[in-house]
Amino acid sequence: MAHTQSHTKRIWNVFWILSLITIVEVILGIYKPNALHLTNFFGTSPLNWIFIILTLAKAYGITWSFMHMEGEKTWFRRSVVWTGVFLIIFLVTLLLFEGDYLYSTLSPLVRW
Amino acid sequence: MEANIAIPSEKKPTWGGGGVKPFGASYGKMMMWFFIVSDALTFSGFLAAYGLTRFKFIDSWPIADEVFTHIPFVHGEFPMIYVAFMTFVLIFSSVTMVLAVDAGHQMNKKKVTLYMLLTIIGGIIFVGSQAWEWNTFINGTYGAVKTTDGKILQFVDSNGKQIALADFVLSSDKSSSNEQVNEGNSLWFVDEPAKSNYSIADIISSYEANTNVQIRTELIDLEKKQKTILSREKGAKELAKTRLVVEGANLEVNEYGNTIFADFFFFITGFHGFHVFSGIIFNIIIFFNVILGTYERRGHYEMVEKVGLYWHFVDLVWVFVFTFFYLV
Repeated sequence: MAHTQSHTKRIWNVFWILSLITIVEVILGIYKPNALHLTNFFGTSPLNWIFIILTLAKAYGITWSFMHMEGEKTWFRRSVVWTGVFLIIFLVTLLLFEGDYLYSTLSPLVRW
Repeated sequence: MEANIAIPSEKKPTWGGGGVKPFGASYGKMMMWFFIVSDALTFSGFLAAYGLTRFKFIDSWPIADEVFTHIPFVHGEFPMIYVAFMTFVLIFSSVTMVLAVDAGHQMNKKKVTLYMLLTIIGGIIFVGSQAWEWNTFINGTYGAVKTTDGKILQFVDSNGKQIALADFVLSSDKSSSNEQVNEGNSLWFVDEPAKSNYSIADIISSYEANTNVQIRTELIDLEKKQKTILSREKGAKELAKTRLVVEGANLEVNEYGNTIFADFFFFITGFHGFHVFSGIIFNIIIFFNVILGTYERRGHYEMVEKVGLYWHFVDLVWVFVFTFFYLV
């Protein structure tokens, strides 16, 4: 473990990539171009999909590089990542369907 | 106990699992990872519940750009800027954390100390920013009214820009009935909800007097993705149903819209802030251990790596909170 090679350069590269992604997100969040914001694509606006994909890219960068997941043994990595990703997708899917159902059931009862 | 242990544990550090390393990871590091999995599921539970509630009220959810618009010391509206700053602070403190781990691999005590210190400072700046964000949110910006059917009505000028109650409401002179009842001027067990500076009657009469003031409801126009602005007549009708003047946000009322939005905001950012806070404490403990030379003597800086994992996880969660609270 000790006296291994320094990865300083790579760390800074990842930092610049993560910062760049954040800057893109913030610019899109402030200007919200109509073509992306007011159109619909698979249930939500393309802008939201861009945000979600960029977020997942950032999460990948943090986990693989900063948390050094890339250096762990394959099945250790999978025991963490696959478990988490599977359960989260499962949970989010069920709850969002449920939320959509609640909206379609309850919103006709609200008078605006 | 001994009968259950397959590998003889005498003369081996039992705390570390007897020196056996499944997956080639040390006991502490592996358990930190598994803790992170479970904590990630906790946060996903909260964020998914937020998603469910948001889908449930998809046509009236507050628009984040209209809620979080302030930056310290500067007047005006700058949506996103401050949270973006907070995100950078956290990413940067993550970088200094990896640099500390990297320096630890080279047994460079001086560099580990420096980078740990920078990480701690970044964490403190982040928590401070979050406190400021909470304070701004709790105090509110514009003020609104809540109707008997539980809807929030906000006020806009003729350009559709939101205006504060202070901008158009003229208070008739303060009568004694507007005085806050509390234990100071009444019996110790007598209390009442906080009173607003503006009475309902003043707001209604000021609305009638200012013909350029219009009312905005929570309902989102799905074509334009903006809140609906009512005509003067329809607005007056809605305003007549006023039950409560709302200034700011708390767990019971929220001038920005749905109360449950405020509840989730406090709960999720609060839980995350608590994680950052405990992360700072861990980092400080490790920082002092580094200074004292504990890891130098131990021969490796793996503890720095373990708190590093926790710290990056906190950053990871913020990336998701940032997206789902402020962007999407």
